[in-house]
Amino acid sequence: MDNNHLITTENLTKRFPMGQTELTALNNINLTIRKGEFIGLVGPSGSGKTTLLNILGTLDSPTEGSAVVLGNNTAELSHKNSAKLRNLQIGFIFQTFNLLPVYTVYENVEFPLLLQKLGKSQRHDMVVDALKWVGLADRAKSKPAQLSGGQCQRVAIARAIVKKPALVLADEPTANLDAKNSHHILKTMETLNKELGTTFIFATHDEKVIGYLKRQITLDDGQIANDQVLKG
Amino acid sequence: MLAFKLALRNLFGAGLRTWLTVIVLSFSYVIIIFQQGMLDGWNKQARRDMMHWELGGGQYWHTAYDPYDFFTIEDGRGPLAPELQSRVDQGQATDVLISQASIYPDGRLMSVLLKGIDPNQTILDMPTAPLVENITEIPALIGRRMAEAAKLRKGDVVTVRWRDANGTFDATEIKIVEVMKTNVGSIDMGQLWLPKSRLESMLGVENMTTYLVLKRGSNATDTVNGWVYRDHAYLMKELTEMIKMKSVGGSIMFLVLLALAWLAIFDTQVLSIFRRRKEIGTMIALGMTRQRVVRIFTLEGAMHGILAAAVAALYGAPLFIWMARSGWAMPEMTDDMGMAIAERIYPSYSLGLIAMTTAIVMLSVIVVSFIPARNITTFNPTDAIKGKTS
Ligand SMILES: Nc1ncnc2c1ncn2[C@@H]1O[C@H](COP(=O)(O)OP(=O)(O)OP(=O)(O)O)[C@@H](O)[C@H]1O
Ligand SMILES: [Mg+2]
Repeated sequence: MDNNHLITTENLTKRFPMGQTELTALNNINLTIRKGEFIGLVGPSGSGKTTLLNILGTLDSPTEGSAVVLGNNTAELSHKNSAKLRNLQIGFIFQTFNLLPVYTVYENVEFPLLLQKLGKSQRHDMVVDALKWVGLADRAKSKPAQLSGGQCQRVAIARAIVKKPALVLADEPTANLDAKNSHHILKTMETLNKELGTTFIFATHDEKVIGYLKRQITLDDGQIANDQVLKG
Repeated sequence: MLAFKLALRNLFGAGLRTWLTVIVLSFSYVIIIFQQGMLDGWNKQARRDMMHWELGGGQYWHTAYDPYDFFTIEDGRGPLAPELQSRVDQGQATDVLISQASIYPDGRLMSVLLKGIDPNQTILDMPTAPLVENITEIPALIGRRMAEAAKLRKGDVVTVRWRDANGTFDATEIKIVEVMKTNVGSIDMGQLWLPKSRLESMLGVENMTTYLVLKRGSNATDTVNGWVYRDHAYLMKELTEMIKMKSVGGSIMFLVLLALAWLAIFDTQVLSIFRRRKEIGTMIALGMTRQRVVRIFTLEGAMHGILAAAVAALYGAPLFIWMARSGWAMPEMTDDMGMAIAERIYPSYSLGLIAMTTAIVMLSVIVVSFIPARNITTFNPTDAIKGKTS
């Protein structure tokens, strides 16, 4: 296996039970994703984007075929090891931000580091760095409820990247944001991709996102309809 | 630390709901500690008083003596075994002779027990000294309850009628030389204490004994020569049983309050896990194991117990300390139960009691918090992240 291969899927298929029958959400997906890519998963609603991200993020497992993520076959990972993999290597960004409401901005970003049992001063430096990346260093003490949607999503990005993961999975990160905030966030991620070499995979409907992508994978009815490199 | 902070924030965030649960739970702490502390205080006082006034360091009973059978009282007596007699002679014990009689205060008939004791005894705290009084009437010492029941006062003279050893009825006058105030009802109600020698001559017997009271701290275990040794456990059996019964009765309120708190905590847990499933999904996505999330939510529920202990300490501790100092006045009516009960009981709160209560409350609260939280292990994180239930 090429060391640059962050993710490989082979005949990845996911079916969900639907009453008596089954629904095929992903059908024979074969993908190779390298380190440092900036990929958009596009396609109509129901085409399987979220399902694919969930499997790549080890939150779900394939029905058939395999997905090897950062050297781990997701089907073979125990709960404990997949939790560890997510904690150390994978950042998540959700459409609905999913910040912990009782925590401050600082504490939300610190959360993954607490799970890693890092020392306090080390955590502090990393959190401050991450907040600077997303331009929210001055809001460290705020609670999520006191922030705008765009600011919340930036906190979520800071939380995803604070541990410098190899891979960030973002499911419609701009869907709840206006144009200005969307661009701001995309630019932040683009910079992170360039400077830290973090691999980003988005699922998106958003036209604005397309312009930033290096590679665009189009899903249709659970299959790859198109896979094209947009810029080098 | 992380879990602790999260739990506290969420609990305080829930506001009134949390405080209501915590306050109910704190009541259960305070009530059980108060209740058991009172009983314990009473128990200690009663045991001490009974030992000082009635039981001494244990007793030797004549084999046929049965305090519950009035008809055989006359059979339950005999000359002391020499080993026991020597204890009396050395001032290590004092013996008591019991006989049945009737008195006629105000012309009413009243059945009583006459108890003969050495007026110079120092084994019991009973003020027997006035019995030495050299008067034509027979001097008698009675308790406050008896005085009240028979409407007798110090200095009163009353007619007593009894059967002597041959079964012949005889009558004479008795003079109340002292009314004693004692917490121990069982040396008071329905009885008159006389000098043992006078009682013996009334009955026409010599050196007869029903039971022997040992000096406190004496050691004795064996049954001697037809005399049965009765230790404290035996002699205070009734008290022990009564305390146990009261303790069980008192626990009911504790259990009711505890159960209320359990319900509230269980309910809070179910609701908060349902409302925060998105948060739970996110925690799992960020790399927390499901077990860890279960622990966090269990801790959050169990924090009710910790907060309740803190709140209980806040208002309970001053209350308990004050009570232990100034005591708790017992109502009149509790006095006549025959148990040694003081006018004022000083509750005694042992560390064991507090530790035990805390352990019971905490353990049960942890279990009640864990049961709903356990379901988190079956959560599907991909659904939970979206806030859907699976
Ligand atoms: N947990 C589930 N149980 C049953 N069916 C599911 C489940 N999750 C997804 N599906 C189905 O799988 C298909 C793909 O869903 P998925 O959420 O991956 O689509 P998507 O491309 O992310 O759509 P959208 O753009 O609307 O977010 C859909 O038909 C959906 O109904
Ligand atoms: Mg989707």
